[in-house]
Order: sequence, then structure tokens, then C-alpha cells
Amino acid sequence: MKHIAIVTVLVALLTIVTNYFLLSVGLLPVEASTQATIIDKLFNTHFFIISFLFSLISVFMIYSLIVFRNKKGQDEDGKFVTGSTKLEILWTIIPLATVISFSYLGAKSLAETRIINPQAMTINVTASQWAWSFEYPDFEITSNTLYLPVDNQVNLQMTSLDVIHSFWVPEFRVKQDVLPGENLVKELRFTPSIIGDYTLMCAELCGGAHAYMNSPVKVVSEADFQSWVDLESKADDLNPVQKGEKLVKNNGCIGCHTLDGSASVGPTWLGLSGSEKSLMDGEKIIVDDKYLMSSILNPNQDIVQNFSPNIMPSIYADLFSKEELEDIIAFINSLH
Amino acid sequence: MKRVWSIGIIRGLIFQLFGTGIGVIFFTTIRTILGLGWKTEPTIVVGGLFGAIFFLIGLGAFTDWWRAALGQEVLEPHEAHKFNGIRRYFEFTLDHKVIGIQYGVLSMILLSVGGSLALIFRVELASSGLQILNFVQFNTLVGLHGMVLIISILTGISAVSNYLIPLLIGADDMAFPRLNAFSFWIAIPASLILLSAMFFGGFETGWTAYPPLSVRGPMGIQMFFLGVYFAGWSSILGSLNLITTILKMRSPGMKMFRLPILTWSVLATSIMALTATQLIGLSFQLVMFERLLGMGFFTPSEGGNPVLFQHLFWFYSHPAVYIFILPGLGIISELLPVFVRKPLFGYKWVAMSSLAIALTSFLVWGHHMFTAGIEEYLRVPFMYSTLLVAVPTGVKFFSWVATLWQGKARFPVPMLFTLGAIIVFLMGGLTGPPAGTVSTDLHLHDTYFIVGHFHDTMFGGFVFPIFAAIYYWYPKITGRKLNETLGKIHFYLMTPSFLLMTFGQMRIGLLGMRRRIADYDPNLGFDSTHLLITIGGFLIAISVLVFFVNLIRSAKKGEIAEGNIWNSRSPEWSLLPSPAPINNYENREFRVVGNPYDYGLTGSKYVELIKSEEIKNEVES
Repeated sequence: MKHIAIVTVLVALLTIVTNYFLLSVGLLPVEASTQATIIDKLFNTHFFIISFLFSLISVFMIYSLIVFRNKKGQDEDGKFVTGSTKLEILWTIIPLATVISFSYLGAKSLAETRIINPQAMTINVTASQWAWSFEYPDFEITSNTLYLPVDNQVNLQMTSLDVIHSFWVPEFRVKQDVLPGENLVKELRFTPSIIGDYTLMCAELCGGAHAYMNSPVKVVSEADFQSWVDLESKADDLNPVQKGEKLVKNNGCIGCHTLDGSASVGPTWLGLSGSEKSLMDGEKIIVDDKYLMSSILNPNQDIVQNFSPNIMPSIYADLFSKEELEDIIAFINSLH
Repeated sequence: MKRVWSIGIIRGLIFQLFGTGIGVIFFTTIRTILGLGWKTEPTIVVGGLFGAIFFLIGLGAFTDWWRAALGQEVLEPHEAHKFNGIRRYFEFTLDHKVIGIQYGVLSMILLSVGGSLALIFRVELASSGLQILNFVQFNTLVGLHGMVLIISILTGISAVSNYLIPLLIGADDMAFPRLNAFSFWIAIPASLILLSAMFFGGFETGWTAYPPLSVRGPMGIQMFFLGVYFAGWSSILGSLNLITTILKMRSPGMKMFRLPILTWSVLATSIMALTATQLIGLSFQLVMFERLLGMGFFTPSEGGNPVLFQHLFWFYSHPAVYIFILPGLGIISELLPVFVRKPLFGYKWVAMSSLAIALTSFLVWGHHMFTAGIEEYLRVPFMYSTLLVAVPTGVKFFSWVATLWQGKARFPVPMLFTLGAIIVFLMGGLTGPPAGTVSTDLHLHDTYFIVGHFHDTMFGGFVFPIFAAIYYWYPKITGRKLNETLGKIHFYLMTPSFLLMTFGQMRIGLLGMRRRIADYDPNLGFDSTHLLITIGGFLIAISVLVFFVNLIRSAKKGEIAEGNIWNSRSPEWSLLPSPAPINNYENREFRVVGNPYDYGLTGSKYVELIKSEEIKNEVES
């Protein structure tokens, strides 16, 4: 009995110490959405149970290994105890009750994170290898930065053009895979709660430059959001080069094609037009508007040496109008 | 030259090489006749398929079956010991002990290969930026690291079960010795084909091979699929054999509740492997067909559904986790009583908890898909079933602790690894529930937290226990003990390094480190932790090198192990000399007269030899 009493005290102490350690070390990023607050509450319950079970098992183990161990010069058998049905039932029933209540808490927490605000602003999110694009249907704006007004729920309608991606901003906690397929549009709702700059990261391995499939997320005040909307809406009086620049930035082109001459998955656009390139079959060509156009529409046809086919999607004939394609080429031509 | 040719494995490898060539020529000829040109991807698949079959033909795996089919005479397994000494390990041999060791060596080789692959990409990850690898190389290494080690684990548990189960239950061999040898040898071409993925452009999908990514990327993925497919055969046939052996070939008096506890775990594992492995084989086969024949199972633009694949895949791959760990947990339960000289606490509960884990494991696959976009109504039920696994797992932990309580523990190397296994597996167990409740998993899914969590479960449930098992049973195999000092260096170097590695992984995972990325933003501040993880990984590798040195050195120079060195009640130690004789218990038949773990009960016995007159009587009656 003496041993049990000592161990009980030690378990209690270690539980408190471990739990204090876990809570004070800063295990999770900033809570920047209402959902994060709800989820972290459940995390903290988990941390407590982890502290308790860790202490329970390790204290009992280490105590018996030290106190009851076979001392030097002894060669004794341990106490003959084969089991105890009472104890076994006890440590089946109590964990059972714990996991059921945990599942209940988990379900409640999930439900709270998913409370729907019918006034939520809809944003259509399109993922592709390896870029994000955000369309605000209410304002007819497309952007490569996710601008969000603080304290307003957003309703993301997400789809992918190629493989599975996953939407994750660690500070918002919630995560949702983004699937290809028209009938597989996935919804994600959250309410950002702190103004600031965050990074959206693709969390599902999507090949190649998966590591770099990030987009800036800006949570701004409602006034700042409105002025951003006003600024973006005045896009009509842009010249073709500016329009092209906007298009390539918002549709993920620069995820693979750099503008500064550095190497990436696709050829850099700096100084591209007018340059001489060798194709896979050895043929030499001069990059002109015609070649650029055919490379955008049929990316696998004339691959330049040292680049791989089947990386760039063949979707741009449907995605862009003829004028838009010409704007893009005008922009590429402007890069020298 | 003729001598080299007479060695089975060399003949097999040469046959595989030629078989692959024949497959390529055969397929190209057909394409040419049909008026089609060269196409690399289907050609290498057919080549790989032919290669594997030719390996088995060259080795002689089909010889006996072929002779039996022709009505010719075939030797009984126990008469068929054609080879002796070191030579038998390179042949199609029927002795379960030889096959067990063959599995073990293959497992350790794959462990080294898989571990080394990780060391390469850990160097890349030691600091932010891209240093030594490009994206495709990184992704290929990550995927192969996963799958090579999965096959290492599968062959490792086959090693333990093949070598030990007949010895533990007093059988003279496995139920189907030829099928047993076949299950082992098919794993060799499987491993070779899997590793050849590196030379066909690699693959970008990780070990999970989710379409549509696996449908689009480089064609190395086909070799990955084919390798796993053959390894699956090994797993399915091996478990069929084990179930039959355990149910039908026990010694007289060995009722199910008097089985050595490891046997229960192996039984539970085998039931899962026999019934679930098909699903990964089939799901991979479907993607192969999608790539080769354009069947749109999983690509939405072809009318398929990518989530369907994940259901099929995880229906195997979650039970697979328990397939990997249950034998390890069985080893813990088997060794603890020996080293604390006290009965296993609650034998029946421990035995039944293995079956309960096996059963529950079939109901939880959806927790890998909480963020995947599965139907809303599926997430909560899967959360309930997932957390239920904690109950039988808890029973095991509590029983181990109760076994230790008031036990007279002593600490030779196998005991150290057993205790290490409990602690590490505890870390894996405790980090499971946050990933099992949906809302917290929304944050944790696909992060390094998960990486840390499952490395804890794999090391606690397989790596530590298998090292314990090797230190414990090595003398039964070689007749010599492993060196204690080297063993202690191995343990005290590996355990803290491993904990450093996984704590580091979980820490940055919680803070936002994604899985499977070759580069990370230096602004996240993960560089120093990543460096520590890399250092931990290299220290583990060094400790395992010490272990290998010990394995090789002690085979010749180790202390001779005479008699029951661990003072165990189990028949292989109490009745058999070391190394174990070729026909197991021939002339040493025993019956079970007590409980397996009644340490501390004076005068009790687990097994007793049947006198030879009694055997005659039994045969006559």
C-alpha cells in the first residue's frame, strides 16, 4: 500500500509538471481564426490527458524497475500474481468511457468549427500545379493573394485543375483537400480573427514544386478590404502588358516560370522572346509570338531541351480568351 | 562457373535478368506485329512481370510442384534437407528456421537500404534551401524510404514468426513448407523491382501513390506498384501458412489459452494480412491499368473519383499498421515475464486485446481521410471507431505495467530493448488521439506531427521489439550470445537519438511544417530543429552499424550459449540445445502441463517431455 501511495503522489506531480510544460512551451502557432480558438481548446484537453497517461505509465514503470529490481547478488522470482479480472475490467471500462466522451467532445468541437454564417463571402479557389488563384465573384476580381476582411466568415469553394492539393494556413488550423473534378468542389469556411500576413501552403503532396506552392494571405480591416476591392476593380484601363502581367500572376503561371532569369520547373521568361532555343529533337528555333502561343496551348509539343513534358497543363485554350493570350504574350515580350 | 550456377539465388538472379529481356522482346514483338511502335512504360511492366516469374523458375521454386503435377515422386519436407552450412541460406530450402533467417537477413538489408535513403534526404532537409537534391529525386527518396521500410517490416515480422512459431508451439515445421519458401523468395524479385523504380525516372507520389498524381508523373511508379504487388503475395501466402500452423500443429495439451503469447499476436496479425492485403494490391493494380490502358478509375475528367482510391488504399494500409506492430507487442509480452520473473499479468486479456485490435483496425481507415473531402456524415463515426483502438491498446500497456509491478527486473540487452519499446510505443500511442479527433486532425493532417507520431509507433511496435527479439533468440540460432557491451552501446545511443528525432518532428509539425517538402521557408525558424532531427537520424544509423558489427562478430567469437541461458519456461529454451536442431523436437516431443508464464510458482512446469514408450503407445492406439 505504501508503494501505491508514493506512486500516486508522483503521478499527480508529474502530470502537473508535464501539462504545465506542454502548455507553456508554445506548441501551436498563433490562433488567428475563431475556428483555431475552438480547436485549440480541444488540443489543450488532449495535452492534459497525454500528460496524465504519460505520467501514469512511466512513473509506475520506472518506480517498479528501481524499487523492486533484482538487486546484486540476489536471484529471486517476482511475486506470483497472474492477473485480476477486477482490474482488467476497470482499465477497460474507464478508457472506454474516456474515449467515448472524447469522441463526443471531438464531434462537438467539429460542429462548432463548422457553424455556417449565411452572409459569408464566397471566394472561388482554384489550385493547380503549383499555384493558387482566388476569384471573388461578388466583385469580379481574380487575385493570387488571398485578401480577407477580418471577423467575417469566408466560404471557400475549392477545386483543382490537375491533382489533389490541400488548403492550409497553420494559423487558421482548418485544412481541406482540394480535388479535381467538377462534381467534387469542396467547401471550407472559417473566420479570420487577427489582422496580419499569413501564408497559405499546399499540404497534400502534388509533385514537383509542391514545397513552393504557397500564396500570401492578407487579413485586413473591412475598410482596407473595400479599398483593395476598389483598386482591383479599376483594371479596365490597363495596357496589354499590364493586363498580361495580372493574368500570369493570378493564374499561377509564375509558379513555374520566373521573371528574373532564375531557373525553375519551366523556362524563365526573362529575355525569352527572340532568343534561340534547341528543342528535344535537336531542332533550333527562334522564340517568336507564334511559338509562344503554340507552347501555351499545346505545352507538350515542342519542348526545349532540359525541360520535361507533361508538367504544364493543357488547359489554357479553354481558360483564356484570344485577347487574354495576346496580353500574356505582350507581357512576356516586355521582359528583357 | 558450374559451382556458381548451382547456387540457387544466383541462378534466380540471372534468370530474372534474362526473363526481363524475354518479356521485353515478347511484348515488343507483339506490338510490332500489331503495327505499334516502341512504348517504354508498358514494356518495362511486362519485363518486370516476366523477370519475377523467371526468378522463381530459375531458383527452382516451382520444381517440386511441377513434379507433383506430373505424378512424379516428391520428397517429404523433413527429408529434403539437401544443403548444409551457410549454403542452405542461398537456396530454396524448406526448413522454417532457415526461411526465418533468410527473411531476417532480407529485412535487415532492406532496413539498411530504407534507412540510408532517409539519411540522404535528411541531409537535404538539414537546412532550408535546395542543396543536393532536385524535386523528383527528393520525392522518389521519400516514397521509397516509406515502402522499402514497410517491406522490411513485413519481412522482419515474417522472420520472427517463421523462425519462432513452430518452435514455440512444438511443430516440426510450418504447415506448408514449400508455400513458405515460395512466400519468402517472391519477396526478393519484389524488392529488386521496387528499388528499380529509381532507375525509371523515380516517382513523385510518396508511398501512398494517390491518383491523379500517380497517373501523371514519371513511370518509375509502375515499378513501385509491381514491387508492392509481389511483396503482397508474400504477405498473403505467409499469413495463410501461419494461421494453419497455429490452429493445427500445436503440441498435445497446448490449448489456445496456453499458447505462448507471441503466437496470439502472430495469429491476429496473420488474420489481418490474409484478408486486407488484397486491397492495396488491387488499388495499385487499378492505377497501373489506368496508366497502361487508359481506364479512368480515379481521374475525374475520365469519370473516375480520386477519393475512391484512398478508401481502397487505407482499407489495407490502416490494418497494415497493426500488422506491423502486433508481433512487436507480442515480443514485449513474451519477454517481460522472463526478465521480471513474474507471470504475464492477465494473459487472456492480453491475448484477446490482440484480436480486438485486429478487429477494430478494419473499422478505422477513414481517419486518414478526415481532410480528404469524404462525405460529411462519415467523419464522426470514424472518429469514434478510431479512438476505440485506444481501449485494447490500453489493456496491453496496463498489463505490462502490472507485470513489472513487484517484479524482480534484471536488465540484459533484450530487456533494455523491451523497455525501450514500451516507452517509445507509449509516445506513439499518446500522440495518436489528437490525430484521431477530427477537428484537431484538421490542423495535424499531413504535417511532421504525423511523421513523428508514426515513427514512434513503428519504432516502438517493430524496431525496438525486433532488436529485443534478435538479442534474445540469436543464441538459439547460432549457439553464441551477442556481445553485451556492444548491445548496450547500441541501445543507449539509439534510444535518446530516436526520441530527439521524433520530438523534433512533432514540434515543428505542430508549428506548421508540412510533410514531404524538399525545402521550407527559413522564416519559419525550423532550421535548427531540422538539423537536430538529421543528427538524430545519423546517430540511429551509427547505432545500427554497431549492431551489425555485433551480429557478424558474435557469430564466430561470441560467448557460447549453453542450456537455458535466460532461464525461460518456453520449450525452445527449456528443451532444445542451441543452435536448435534441424528437425526441431524430433525425439524430444513434449506435452503442455501448465501455464506458459507461471514464474514464481515453485514446482510448476509449462512443458514436459513425452517418454518414448508413451509415444509408441499413442501411435499404436
